[in-house]
Amino acid sequence: MMTLTARESWAVIHGMMLGALFLLAFAGGLAELINLGSEWTTEAGIVKRVRRLIAGTWIMAIVAWLTVITGTYIVYPWYRAKPPEGADLTMFPRSFLLSKPDTAGWHNFGMEWKEHVAWFAPILATAVAYMVTRYGTKLAKDEQVRHAIIVLFTIAFLTAAVAGIFGAFINKAAPIH
Amino acid sequence: MNQQAEGKRGLIAAAMLAAGIGSFVLGLMTSLSEGIHPVENALNFYNPVGALTGKTWIAIAFWLISWAVLAGKWRNQAVDFGKVYNITLILVALGLLGTFPLFFDLL
Repeated sequence: MMTLTARESWAVIHGMMLGALFLLAFAGGLAELINLGSEWTTEAGIVKRVRRLIAGTWIMAIVAWLTVITGTYIVYPWYRAKPPEGADLTMFPRSFLLSKPDTAGWHNFGMEWKEHVAWFAPILATAVAYMVTRYGTKLAKDEQVRHAIIVLFTIAFLTAAVAGIFGAFINKAAPIH
Repeated sequence: MNQQAEGKRGLIAAAMLAAGIGSFVLGLMTSLSEGIHPVENALNFYNPVGALTGKTWIAIAFWLISWAVLAGKWRNQAVDFGKVYNITLILVALGLLGTFPLFFDLL
C-alpha cells in the first residue's frame, strides 16, 4: 500500500508539486528573458517570446501565491500547534525540534527564516509579471528594464529556493504526519 | 522616447518600487515583531498562524496601496527608471535583512 495522510498530502502539494511548477516557470521565464535581447530574434519571434514570457511569469506568480497561502494557512498551523501535556512530540514538529538542542536550530534559524523569506517571492513575481505584461515587446529593445526584471525575477526565485530547501530539510527532521 | 512609452515606463517603475516597499515593510514588521513582544501580540491576527498573519497582511497592504498611489502619480510621467530600480534594490535588501534570523535575534 502507498498511502499518505491528509496532512502529508498537503505537505506534498505545498512543497513538491507547487515547488516543481515554480522551478519550471522560473527556468522557462529566465531563458525567455535572456534570449529576448538577442540580435538574432525577429519581430515575429519577439511577439511569440513575449507571449510565452507573459504566460510563464504569471504562472510563476500564481504558483508563488498558492505556495505561500497553502504553507501559511494549511501546513504551518500543524507545524506550530502546541502539544497537550504528555503528548507524543513527533506529532508536533515545532515542539519536537525545540525539545533537543541538536535540532532546535532547524526551528530557530531554518523555520524562522523560511516562513518570512518565502513571502518575498509572490510579491516580486507579481511585480515582474505585471512589468512584462505592461511593457510587452518593448522589452526586447530596452536593456535597462529587461535587466531590472531579470534581477527581480531571480531574487523572487532565490527567496522561494531558500524557503523550499529549508522546508525540505525541516520536513525531514520533523515530518508533518 | 514618446509619451506613451514614457507612461508605460512610469507604470512599470511604480510596480517595481511598490514591490520594494512591500518587501521592506515585511522585513520591518518581522524585526519589530521578533524584537518587541507587544508588537508580536498585536500582529497575531489569526491564532493558528500567529504573528505571521499580521506581518504579511500589513506588508501586502503597503505594497498594494503604494502601487496604486505610485501608478496614479507616474501614469503619464517620465521617471528616472535607473534611480527607482536602485531604490527598489535597497528596499528589497533591507527587507531581506529584516527577515534574517541572525539579524533580528540581535534586537
